[in-house]
Amino acid sequence: MAKGVKPRVKVPKSAKAGEAIVIKTLISHKMESGQRKDKEGNIVPRSIIHRFTCDFEGQNVIDIILAPAISTNPYFQFEAAISHSGEFKFTWYDDDGEVYEEIRAINVT
Amino acid sequence: MKKLAIITVTVFLSIKAASADPDNDSLIINDDIQLVTETAAPIHLENLDTIYSGWRFRTDETQALQVDDFDNPAMVFVDKAIDLFNTIDGIEGKACVSCHESVAQFRGLSAIMPKVIDGELVVLESFINDHRDQVMGAEPWKWSGEKMQSMVALIGLQSRGMPVNVKIDGEARPYWEQGKEMYYTRFGQLQLSCANCHEDNYGKMIRADHLSQGHANGFPTYRLKQAKLISRHNRFRGCIRDTRAETFAEGSDEFKALELYLASRSIGLTVETPAVRQ
Amino acid sequence: MQFTRRQTLIAGSGLIAATLLPISAIAASYPDVGVPDDFTGGSPVSSGDITLDTPEIAENGNTVPIRVVAPGAVEIRVYAMGNPLPGVTAVSFGALAASQSTSTRVRLAGTQDVLAIAKMADGSFISTSNQVKVTIGGCGG
Repeated sequence: MAKGVKPRVKVPKSAKAGEAIVIKTLISHKMESGQRKDKEGNIVPRSIIHRFTCDFEGQNVIDIILAPAISTNPYFQFEAAISHSGEFKFTWYDDDGEVYEEIRAINVT
Repeated sequence: MKKLAIITVTVFLSIKAASADPDNDSLIINDDIQLVTETAAPIHLENLDTIYSGWRFRTDETQALQVDDFDNPAMVFVDKAIDLFNTIDGIEGKACVSCHESVAQFRGLSAIMPKVIDGELVVLESFINDHRDQVMGAEPWKWSGEKMQSMVALIGLQSRGMPVNVKIDGEARPYWEQGKEMYYTRFGQLQLSCANCHEDNYGKMIRADHLSQGHANGFPTYRLKQAKLISRHNRFRGCIRDTRAETFAEGSDEFKALELYLASRSIGLTVETPAVRQ
Repeated sequence: MQFTRRQTLIAGSGLIAATLLPISAIAASYPDVGVPDDFTGGSPVSSGDITLDTPEIAENGNTVPIRVVAPGAVEIRVYAMGNPLPGVTAVSFGALAASQSTSTRVRLAGTQDVLAIAKMADGSFISTSNQVKVTIGGCGG
């Protein structure tokens, strides 16, 4: 992975069908806003993660557009409800074209 | 603007601005680990009766970031350090894990650091770089760089919840005396010592900052301002620079001695690494 | 001299276009949160069942925790009206979202109003806003 970008995801290992599951995600990223200037007065070019998605077995949970106003090391917490066991897929899209993915399995009882 | 700032600082400190003492919240991490954020000051600390973790001086929103390990942004750097621990580096073809089976075996180490080893005061950063140099044949890490502070955080985390218990007698005594001397020395154009803010005026506002007692038991700490892990020596440098003084270098003998003395002021508080501060 | 993406393309191919391509033209190809009117298209926005949690005072404007909830929303957008670019985030909820809520951490360039607008399933818009005081000054690091 470029620039040592590292995702972190928290999903319960098991859940009851239909119950609200709390999901937390964080990814290490500097989120350079494109608003700052360097010592010579030149604008530091924007370099952020601009989109984050969470899907479960091909169905969408949440789809988020991030602007440069999202803090360094972007964090999101949200809730999902699912009816059967399977895998959550988390995807982050970097301005530089890199895509970071993380998979988490959950057992639904 | 800078001149105004100086005047404001001076005025705030001299008129003893309205008191805003530490709050009464208690710090339990992951609903599991109870940390000591308030206790009787150690005997060698003549001017304080009670010591409080810096966590108690922060707003509820900042405090919340440290209460759950997932909400704590420092933990992503701890994760990175676990990868580093297992990664071979240097000409000897070794990783940390080649000699140290698990990072868990460092439990307790950060609670007793800095300490004197072979007649020399050693802090965790110099300990890590010595091993990289002598055992791994690897390039030293930059003192306040991400790799070094991530590793210091990972090792510190193993001792989280254990009381700070540095040795200050015997061979450590001269270093401790040196650190204490520094703590009470006024530096810079503003003529401020560590004690002026963190002993005489903790709980009060210095411009927009709520002054804590300046304990270092949560370092490296994730600072919202820089949005990264900040080393103890980086923080020392920032404080001394804010007095408008020439500062000491990170890793200098002066800062190592100050680190020991500061740790001794926190004896009885628990290791909080990695903390979250504003 | 400013070039739009289209003008740049018209200006010709090869080296000239490559050297003149402004950063803003590259950025424009990313999804954008924009300003409130981009979202509502000028439709009326009323109050309703939408909650925005923000600290009254943020110790540091670099990392301000916020939470927004709007039951039944298909999309919620958040704006920091005092930032150089007001758009903060646009959150669309899929079929498997258990609630129309999210928490994140944002940058605020000073004391200002934070605005949340939700688009409901029937196409209507509701909004709420809070002022957040951002403290500046104190001790650097």
